[in-house]
Amino acid sequence: MNGAHDLGGKHGFGEIDRSQDANFAAEWEEKVFALTLASGMLGRWNLDQSRSAREQMDPGHYLQSSYYEHWLFGLEQLLVEKNLVTAEELKTGVAQTDASLSAPDPEAADPEKMQQILDVGGPTLLEVKREPEFRIGDQVVVQADQPLSHTRAPGYVKGKIGIVVSHHGAHIFADEHASSGDKTGEHLYGVKFEADALWGKQASAGSTHAGSVHLDKLPSDNNFTVSKDVVYVDLFEPYLLSMANYRKLLGA
Amino acid sequence: MTEEKHHHHNTPLSEIEERVKRLEALLIEKNLVDVRTLDQLVDTYENRVGPKNGARVVARAWAEPAYRDRLLDDATAAIKEMGYAGRQGEHMVCVANTPEVHNMVVCTLCSCYPWPVLGLPPTWYKASSYRARAVAEPRSVLNEFGVQLPDQTEVRVWDSTAEIRYLVLPMQPAGSEELSQDALAELVTRDSMIGVALPAYTAVARL
Repeated sequence: MNGAHDLGGKHGFGEIDRSQDANFAAEWEEKVFALTLASGMLGRWNLDQSRSAREQMDPGHYLQSSYYEHWLFGLEQLLVEKNLVTAEELKTGVAQTDASLSAPDPEAADPEKMQQILDVGGPTLLEVKREPEFRIGDQVVVQADQPLSHTRAPGYVKGKIGIVVSHHGAHIFADEHASSGDKTGEHLYGVKFEADALWGKQASAGSTHAGSVHLDKLPSDNNFTVSKDVVYVDLFEPYLLSMANYRKLLGA
Repeated sequence: MTEEKHHHHNTPLSEIEERVKRLEALLIEKNLVDVRTLDQLVDTYENRVGPKNGARVVARAWAEPAYRDRLLDDATAAIKEMGYAGRQGEHMVCVANTPEVHNMVVCTLCSCYPWPVLGLPPTWYKASSYRARAVAEPRSVLNEFGVQLPDQTEVRVWDSTAEIRYLVLPMQPAGSEELSQDALAELVTRDSMIGVALPAYTAVARL
């Protein structure tokens, strides 16, 4: 989905508050972090489903709340969705006997199991039989698709032309992993985009300050300077079109 | 209430603190989480896993050209040599700054970050402003961090949209060539490994 979380290139957020330098801005954030990781270790959902759950937040609220409130929202959603707790229990904080809860004997991860899980992490590399469709140096276009479900193609590259600069092998496809839980492998590429292709004239306006556009500082058409800057984005093969297929799509 | 009788003026728990407290109590009561695990998770990422790990990796890359080559060739393996691996560092890529190229890292969609080498991200990294602006106006973001790059330097912004995690290898500050790896590691800041700062070194005059 292309909700409020899809922030790349959006205006109006102002200066970066560098005074907010700690990992946690409040003690409750620390608790949310630990509860989220520990609950995740029950194995009832995967990381892509966690991200997807956080994106379900009301967009206005998402933008006005802290990162760990997004986590808290996502955790509550998943706990209810997976029948580990009821909405009523969340309200009261007291466990009830509820026959509708289907979770069979959930078992909390002890510190030893937790350490093992952290050490191994969640590698996403998968073997696939299909050859990669794209080679290094290929020009590609990012599909304009706007799926309502979770996706990792950010809005600001959709419809843009980039160049494949690396092939990371095939990885668990985040979109499928979030919607069905299935681990299907898709080739993953590092794709380079010229800043000018993404942001037009504003790309070289290095003096643009704090996200607010000063029109008088933008280069005019006459003395347009090309930005040297580039953005690299990791994109799964299903997000990408070859130039040949793109031309077919355009009917050219 | 007892508290009031004793004239304690504790700040009332905010709505969100209450909500988290209820959730924590509930999950513990239902044996969905283990209190010891919660404590250890916080201890791990507040005290044990942090940017000091990444600083050791960078210092070694500065001091040992062969290690630098391995780090740029296969960062996951080279970082594992130093004992750092696991969650949110499963697939690492290291990008090196040069006089011609400056790298910086962001995650516009959430806040992906290489935990085993940098720990958890600072709050500003997770906030909307950095996520929105780093890809579109990296130079003004760098200016806010006090970094001004020559116009001819190419800025490369890495948006961590999949499970690849990026570590910036900053340039070694001039004059620091004779320092030990431990002393070099002291020069490497977290922000320099995100790519929003440059490590600095001022030689102390010997008396």
